[in-house]
Amino acid sequence: MDPKSLTTPWSDATVEGLRAGDLVLVSGVIYGARDAAHKRLVEALERGETLPADLRGQLVYYVGPTPARPGQVIGSAGPTTSTRMDTYAPTLLAQGLKGMIGKGYRSQPVLEAMRRHRAVYMAATGGAGALLARCFTRAEVVAYEDLGPEALFRFEVADFPVIVVNDAFGGDLYAEGKKAFSRATPG
Amino acid sequence: MRTIAYQDVADAARRLCIDANVHLGEDVLGLLRSAREREPSTLGRRVLEEILENNRIAAAETVPICQDTGTAFVFVELGDEVRINGGGLRDAVDEGVRRGYTEGYLRKSMVSDPLRRRNTGDNSPAVVHVELVPGDRVRMILLPKGGGAENMSRMTMLTPADGEGGVRAFVIETVERAGPNACPPVVVGVGIGGTFDTVGFLAKRALIREAGERHPDPFYARMEEDLLAAINALGVGPMGYGGETTALDVRIEVYPCHIVSLPVAVNLQCHAARVARAEL
Repeated sequence: MDPKSLTTPWSDATVEGLRAGDLVLVSGVIYGARDAAHKRLVEALERGETLPADLRGQLVYYVGPTPARPGQVIGSAGPTTSTRMDTYAPTLLAQGLKGMIGKGYRSQPVLEAMRRHRAVYMAATGGAGALLARCFTRAEVVAYEDLGPEALFRFEVADFPVIVVNDAFGGDLYAEGKKAFSRATPG
Repeated sequence: MRTIAYQDVADAARRLCIDANVHLGEDVLGLLRSAREREPSTLGRRVLEEILENNRIAAAETVPICQDTGTAFVFVELGDEVRINGGGLRDAVDEGVRRGYTEGYLRKSMVSDPLRRRNTGDNSPAVVHVELVPGDRVRMILLPKGGGAENMSRMTMLTPADGEGGVRAFVIETVERAGPNACPPVVVGVGIGGTFDTVGFLAKRALIREAGERHPDPFYARMEEDLLAAINALGVGPMGYGGETTALDVRIEVYPCHIVSLPVAVNLQCHAARVARAEL
């Protein structure tokens, strides 16, 4: 299957053109945030504050990179387990977030919020942090610098390879893929 | 009595932190390559290709294989004819970890308190297990243990009546429930027996064994092979996209236990099954 090359920001139409199992090469700006940054973003919204980044049409990558060596853009930068962001994701989707990149399962409330707000969940290969780091052309901390690897990052990426796991229509690559290859237990 | 300088222990720990995070062992690479040859799923093969390419880049560019450079789990075999000169063994290991994670540009993932969660800033402390052995050598085995697979690990207290079938069911269910979250293909460390506190250590110790090396007892060696086949029939596949490579290896460690007990622990390890060894 040929990958689709898609530059951010994304519209509803971009999301509606994606199905579970599609390979996508993402280019443009993506934001990096994980547990602690998500907590602060959601708390800021609860206090009625404006977020340090406008999430409309944007993608968030669940990542806590290793420190860059001198001369490098970023260190190792593979995805972290998405489940831990499930508590916060529906709130960010309501802010206009169009996609999330991580690895592993999402909760039902997240999948429902994705359908309601037209968003997509994608996975990058877990552990492939050295390979994925090559797609980063720029990395900077936008907010919450005190959180170290858990800060809110703004990245620029070129042809960042991901696969659609959950689309906005209920498609689920994890369920479909497993069903296709499961066999009766031997013995 | 042989004397080893505190600083030599710290230097070895420092080197092991960097080595383990950048170079995957040939044993694990061999399992990944043979999985790539056998995997029938197109997406699964693609993932295995990416993993192998990632390891090549990490080694060539001295970049960590994975951004989760983990908790530094250190297993030390301390000869009973060795004395560490100039400080304590655990302090030396912690100093090596602090230097390795800072100087090696590795991610600092440890928080000083599980609820108040302040990052220690240097990935210390390590989790150190010391075993006293005969001789005048110190062997150190360092496993940087990532959180994703660790979080999917489980333990249970079965009853003796649950027997081998109960253990099998618990192991398979743990891997299936973990699914894509544990970054499959995984290495499955299984501890059976001992007590509540020791069974988790048995499962962890299974992860530092050489890949492909079977249990010396043929009964458990066969159980490892049967479990591997059963896990790979689940269909989870590389990164959970479907396929026949859900686990690369299953390793069982056992210990005698009480007549009423059957503790079982499953410690999952992602495909970045990093281990580095040193002997002083």
